[in-house]
Amino acid sequence: MMLPNAVPVSWYLILSAILFSMGVAGFLIRRNIITVFMCIELMLNAVNLSFVAFSYELKKIDGQLFTFFVMVVAAAEAAVGLAIILTVFRHRMSLEIDDVSSLKN
Amino acid sequence: MIPMPNLDVLGFLVLATFAVLCGLSVILQKHAVASALSLVGVMGSLAVLYLMLGAEFLAAVQMIVYAGAIMVLFVFVIMLLNSGSERPAKARYFAYLVGIPSLLAFLGVISFFILKELPNTSSVQFGAFTQGGPAPVGRLLFTQYLLPFEVTSLLVLIAIIGAMVLAKKEID
Amino acid sequence: MDFFLVSLIKIVVVFGAFMTTLAYLQWVERKVLAHIQLRLGPQRVGPHGLLQPLADVIKLATKEGLIPANVNTFFYILAPFLAVSLALISIAVIPFGPEIELFGVRTNLELTSLNIGVLLILAISSVGVYGIALGGWASNNKYSLMGGLRSSAQMISYELPMTIALATPLLVLNTLDLRQIAERQGGGWFWNWTAFSYPPLLFIAFIVFLISAFAETNRVPFDLPEAENELVAGFHTEYSSLAFAGFFMAEYANMVTITCVSTTIFLGGWHPPFPAPYSNFVPTALFWFFGGVLLFHGLTQPARRWDRFTFPAFGVISLGLGAIFLLAATVLPIIGQILLPVFWFVAKVGLLLFLFIWVRGTLPRFRYDQLMRFTWTFLFPVALGCLLLTGLGVALFG
Repeated sequence: MMLPNAVPVSWYLILSAILFSMGVAGFLIRRNIITVFMCIELMLNAVNLSFVAFSYELKKIDGQLFTFFVMVVAAAEAAVGLAIILTVFRHRMSLEIDDVSSLKN
Repeated sequence: MIPMPNLDVLGFLVLATFAVLCGLSVILQKHAVASALSLVGVMGSLAVLYLMLGAEFLAAVQMIVYAGAIMVLFVFVIMLLNSGSERPAKARYFAYLVGIPSLLAFLGVISFFILKELPNTSSVQFGAFTQGGPAPVGRLLFTQYLLPFEVTSLLVLIAIIGAMVLAKKEID
Repeated sequence: MDFFLVSLIKIVVVFGAFMTTLAYLQWVERKVLAHIQLRLGPQRVGPHGLLQPLADVIKLATKEGLIPANVNTFFYILAPFLAVSLALISIAVIPFGPEIELFGVRTNLELTSLNIGVLLILAISSVGVYGIALGGWASNNKYSLMGGLRSSAQMISYELPMTIALATPLLVLNTLDLRQIAERQGGGWFWNWTAFSYPPLLFIAFIVFLISAFAETNRVPFDLPEAENELVAGFHTEYSSLAFAGFFMAEYANMVTITCVSTTIFLGGWHPPFPAPYSNFVPTALFWFFGGVLLFHGLTQPARRWDRFTFPAFGVISLGLGAIFLLAATVLPIIGQILLPVFWFVAKVGLLLFLFIWVRGTLPRFRYDQLMRFTWTFLFPVALGCLLLTGLGVALFG
């Protein structure tokens, strides 16, 4: 197999798109709240990769700073989200999203 | 003589394959701990990709914050609740028949446009862009992005308080 | 090609020395604990039990590697691998000495130099919890699960004061490269070391770092993940044979790494505590002193029968080592440039390791709520205060 001589930045962007789509797919097909939450983290990571790739392409580090902020927000989100999950589990004894549907009809 | 493969290319291909496999594992594993560990794999390979893109500080932060703190928190909560494997879902024909094909179509369109609109992106070489060290990142963070930085710290404070209030057991 | 050859030699030497240290650290720990508790410790295998580590390795390697029923086999096997390999990585960025010139090759006494070395060590230590948490979870045993849970909560909590205490000297040193960190503390008396600058702020940071290091390595008094009188053996209850050896080795490797890090960042790395021409003779004086004491005791008042032969033998070895260091300090600077810095580095690391063992022999274990309250209401605010005051000091006087 012939390997190309260099990796263009666009490949990184495509990898980012693939990972993002996986996150969306997992978000759609999974039923466990924690796994759904992890799929959101996967999407955030995919977006981070494209920020860093653009930062390389433009030779400016602003993109890396956006990633930094995304990470901090993700940390805050994880803390609050997991606390909510704990509360939900304490009330319903279940982690399935389908069980948390008292507001439906 | 066998031509030595370019390490930038080889590294990217190996890491990208690993990241995609781990990503698939995140969404296909039945047990949440396995998903979490696969997500740590994705994050690890992304950290090395950040290194190749010259973002060394970010790579370290990715490992410390994402893999070392956020995911440990996930694993902790999964182990604490210890709810076992996910029960097999009722077949969701809508998700499988419409969602997955449209997702693949979305992916194809995105990749097509990336390759079409950005045909001449610069090629990635390790060490070609060295502005991602702690010093330049810190300088920019505390000058141009000072306000977002402060706002984020406030957000984190609110999140800490919120998490404490939510997770606290009611004293009966 | 020189670079690869030199790197290979360094890797072999450092890896061999590291592994030997890990094996003998366990012997030293058993001996020191024994003497704290007025026992003798290992005595049977070799003189004074010196071959005990070898016997332990053979015993662990030849035991049956049992995989219990109903465990998650993949993660059960992955966990010790993860623990031990993550624990062994960090030694690669630790500098043991200055740049040396040997046979016309200039090289640094370390495996690799990173300009984000401190961050790498933090990253690896923060990922290290997975080995323990995963091992505890995959064992499918309630004690193991409790151990894994405790360890992940404890390590997340103590990582905060540890990181902040580690950031405090970085304000003064202004770099993340461990080699530069060590170099900037040298060239004089011990009050140039970071632990003693801006007194007493950085010394408090050093103490906070040490306390968190005890928790990060799961050592007494913070060994709740394996608290044997509550949890059988905690996260490694179900492990046997080489998998258990992996966890065991990871614990000692973490201990060595964290003491190396605190030596490099707080205690001046390889620099002697006072200036060069006099400090060069300290190793000789120490070794000769020990050799003399050993010879005297062995020849005049041996407490046991075998001491009559072993003590004089050790004494002669010690005198010989002293002579080598004397030669290195005076007529053979080519050896001296390696031996003397490495001696000081190893001496400081050894003192800190002794502190770890000493504390294990002295302090009782914390209760779990005490552990959490201690870090969140005491250690973390203290570390934060140190950081802020040091920042103020650097801004005003730096």
